[in-house]
Amino acid sequence: MKQDETLAEHLQGQGISRRGFLKFCAATASMLALSPGMAGAIADALGKARRPSVIWLSFQECTGCTESLTRSHNPSVESLILSAISLDYHHTLQAASGTAAEEAREQAMHDNKGEYLLVVDGSIPTGAGGGYSTIAGISNLQMLEETAKDAAAIISVGTCAAFGGIPYANPNPTGARSVMDLIHDKPIVNVPGCPPIPIVITGVLSHYLTFGSLPELDNLNRPLSFFGDTIHDRCYRRPFYDQGKFAKTFDDEGARNGWCLYELGCKGPTTHNACATAKWNNGVSFPIESGHGCIGCSEPNFWDAGSFYQAISSSPEDLSRAATGAIIAGAAAGAGVGLYNKYKQSRAKDKHYTVTTKDMEDS
Amino acid sequence: MSSLELLTWARGPALQAALVIFIIGMLIRVLEILLLGRKTDLTRARAGQMGPGLRTIFSRSLPVSGTWKQHLSGYLWHIGFIVVLLFYAPHIQLFKQGFNIAWPALPTSLIDIITIVTMAALVFSLSLRFTDPVRRMLSTVGDYFSWLVTFLPVATGYMAFHNVGPDYTLVLALHIMSVNLLLVVFPFTKLSHAITFLFSRWYNGANAGRKGVRV
Repeated sequence: MKQDETLAEHLQGQGISRRGFLKFCAATASMLALSPGMAGAIADALGKARRPSVIWLSFQECTGCTESLTRSHNPSVESLILSAISLDYHHTLQAASGTAAEEAREQAMHDNKGEYLLVVDGSIPTGAGGGYSTIAGISNLQMLEETAKDAAAIISVGTCAAFGGIPYANPNPTGARSVMDLIHDKPIVNVPGCPPIPIVITGVLSHYLTFGSLPELDNLNRPLSFFGDTIHDRCYRRPFYDQGKFAKTFDDEGARNGWCLYELGCKGPTTHNACATAKWNNGVSFPIESGHGCIGCSEPNFWDAGSFYQAISSSPEDLSRAATGAIIAGAAAGAGVGLYNKYKQSRAKDKHYTVTTKDMEDS
Repeated sequence: MSSLELLTWARGPALQAALVIFIIGMLIRVLEILLLGRKTDLTRARAGQMGPGLRTIFSRSLPVSGTWKQHLSGYLWHIGFIVVLLFYAPHIQLFKQGFNIAWPALPTSLIDIITIVTMAALVFSLSLRFTDPVRRMLSTVGDYFSWLVTFLPVATGYMAFHNVGPDYTLVLALHIMSVNLLLVVFPFTKLSHAITFLFSRWYNGANAGRKGVRV
């Protein structure tokens, strides 16, 4: 895409019809919970948009977020939206390497000072002076601080960047932190998920390109339009939960009948994401539809929230062991208290003496 | 602390600690009563002790004339509370994964109705305390506190199930926290009557039987 080319022109050049583009705009308006009338405004704004500079920094991550985005359902308008932005720095996707790559980042920062979007995936190691992960000789923390300084906004893509993810899980040997733990003076949007849904990433980008602002966020900085409801709220198996019909194993009759997976550890009731509505693989299905419970990947600390296969209402702690210990301790303490009371009773009895009338007359 | 972190803590270490306090506290209460024993009665018993004692455990639960309102509300919420506690599927999961015991659950819709009845009966029981002059005079802060810690798990559980409130995760965490609170205060308040009523009623019945009073 040429630097001065608009997005509409670029998409046309890529063989995306006007109709296809408008369909994408309508879907985006719907996903962002905007009124249908906004589809036109989005089409208008996106059509005229010049590609903004985007710097994508990858830190302690598995590349799953990039995989999700680029290999979702190619070719798609969503992926073209990404090629339509000026992705000036991205380890996995860029052709340049070494000094040239770092120069591209510095150039983009310099040319678009205060206007570029910073996308981060992966958590940032802060232990050992940041020595657990370095790029071009500087630590991830240094690179984040340096690049965030002149960014217009930061989008934390994936649970690692948003909340620390798996590197942050107990015992967190690298001292991993999330972007919002470290940067406090920039608008930050969290797009969590392990990986996040591609249309959620592109939806946030589209919102920024259309309105020049970031979408409405929840208390964890997640776009409300995608993370406002829980998986459970929108799950097609919800009626079975309400009827008390639960699959007991992954291959029983209940599972075959599509009953609720709550007892098999589904974290849908406590997980905010758009999986049940946006779905995956071009709208084919989502984990629950393929027979596995939600693991709660878009929530903070989901790795440390107990087994994926344990119902939310159960305890991740060993209750029977604790109860056995408590029974032994309680029995010992109760016996101790009981015997002490006995002792007090017998002492009181020993101290007791009878007062006769004669004693009273004598005194 | 996010809602999920609070929930993880509430159903994890907090629940474990509350359970330990509950068990140790109840064992101390019960054992100190039992180990103290009774003074030997040297008189000859006029009638049996065991029979009247056991009979009284049940007979004191029967309504007497003029008390049907509080008896009915008492029955409703006590039974409702136990049924919801033991026969709601997510609760059974707690027993299953915590203690490896499980039993069939009641349909969720039925549990829902029983929960509403339980809450209504609890509210009615509280209103009796306010409206009846004698009961109002006899009620202490401890009585109202016991009512509150009993009502909270039912109300927050109902809210969690119906997605009432700002966030399901937070409401579920509050529900489990309210259960933890109930477990912690249970041995140290009048709530311990759930176990001790057996001994006190038996004692009264046995005493009456010994004196030849029909119970």
